[in-house]
Amino acid sequence: MALKLYGAPMSTGTTRVMIALHEKDLDFELVPVDLFAGEQKEPPFLSKNPFGLIPALEDGDLTLFESRAITAYVAEKHNETGTDLIRHRDLKESALVKVWKEVESQQYDPAISPIVYQHVVAPIRGQSPDQAIIDANVEKLGKVLDIYEARLSESKYLSGDFYSLADLHHLPFTYYFMKTPYASLINERPHVKAWWEDISSRPAFKKVAEGMTFGDL
Amino acid sequence: MVVKVYGPAYGSSKRVLVCLVEKGIDFETVPVDLIKGDLKQPDFLALQPFGVVPVIQDGEYTLYESRAIIRYYAEKYKSQGSDLLGKTIEERGVVEQWVEVEAHNYHPPIYNLTVHILFASKLGFPADEKLIKESEEKIGKVLDIYEERLSKSKYLAGDFFSLADLSHLPFTQRLVSEMGKEYMIRDRKHVSAWWDDISSRPSWNKVKHLQ
Ligand SMILES: N[C@@H](CCC(=O)N[C@@H](CS)C(=O)NCC(=O)O)C(=O)O
Ligand SMILES: N[C@@H](CCC(=O)N[C@@H](CS)C(=O)NCC(=O)O)C(=O)O
Repeated sequence: MALKLYGAPMSTGTTRVMIALHEKDLDFELVPVDLFAGEQKEPPFLSKNPFGLIPALEDGDLTLFESRAITAYVAEKHNETGTDLIRHRDLKESALVKVWKEVESQQYDPAISPIVYQHVVAPIRGQSPDQAIIDANVEKLGKVLDIYEARLSESKYLSGDFYSLADLHHLPFTYYFMKTPYASLINERPHVKAWWEDISSRPAFKKVAEGMTFGDL
Repeated sequence: MVVKVYGPAYGSSKRVLVCLVEKGIDFETVPVDLIKGDLKQPDFLALQPFGVVPVIQDGEYTLYESRAIIRYYAEKYKSQGSDLLGKTIEERGVVEQWVEVEAHNYHPPIYNLTVHILFASKLGFPADEKLIKESEEKIGKVLDIYEERLSKSKYLAGDFFSLADLSHLPFTQRLVSEMGKEYMIRDRKHVSAWWDDISSRPSWNKVKHLQ
């Protein structure tokens, strides 16, 4: 049974899942949900995710939403195919994957997403970017990246010397962020920069990045 | 090996502690005082670079981020104590989904309420009334979706208590007790029954008053 992913090719949540599916060499069908028409808030989609947010995945009888739950499910179910994204054979490595996945979700995402939102999404919606929000989050993100810089001077990837979901989950927002004037936050930290260049050059991501066009970016 | 847990008085640490009790894992607690700035001292930052609790030490392991720690113990001791992950990969997927819902939809507004209602004056900044109002509205909307969900299954991820429910305990406790907003739970029949069920677990009664 083919996997069905409901979402949009420029959405950060959808692409987070697509990258993982490519890393796992899994076939899937992308079923478009039109955000600009508000389809995610309409009944057919709301039955897949009552919160009205993309993405959602259908795997046979199972429907899941929340991008990071979907990638965890896919990585565990298919742990023997493609890239091992959760280090399921090594308790210590898999513990560190869990820690850095949460760091992305709890520390990195809350700082980077408002910057991307203000810079990219607000103009599309005809709002002007709120510079105070941008400034506060640039400061927050800088502090998070200082910790990343220290961490990445000790290991090649966030959880150790292996690529995992912890790194992968950073790709969608950072890709858009690198097109904003604040990209220097990454580029001026040598280990973070090298890490970014490494993870963003993986074939599974490049395939997905082609579809990530959004407004003027 | 006894697990050492820093900051037992705080909500995010209680998320870890209640999981350890459910799994029957021994622990000891190390009190830290957030108001006095303990978390921003170099020795604490060496353990937890982001300067927040919890952080745990377990032999050679130092781990942080509460939801990473609970997943780690729930997996490592899968067959000891309560099974908090579900029996199949599919059930586990649904548990993950509702843990993420807690983390991304429920936690941010309830954390804002906690900070602005309970901690603002202690930390020396004015409570943001607009943020308090908006946060309460957001929690209300999330609870409406929970109400619908819990009319179909006893717990969030299905008919079994899991990490998804457990993750809600610490901050919901603050909402109904110290913040005086119990009506948010009681106004919703299924949420109210769910809250009575999960908050009366012996594990939570043991952990909720730890300081
Ligand atoms: N935590 C969710 C966030 C999902 C999310 O924010 N999705 C956005 C697109 S990337 C969305 O559906 N926005 C539409 C809306 O807000 O109505 C996840 O990771 O899946
Ligand atoms: N995502 C972290 C958040 C931890 C957190 O917010 N801890 C609070 C106490 S509940 C804290 O230490 N705050 C101190 C501060 O922000 O300075 C986790 O779940 O472990």
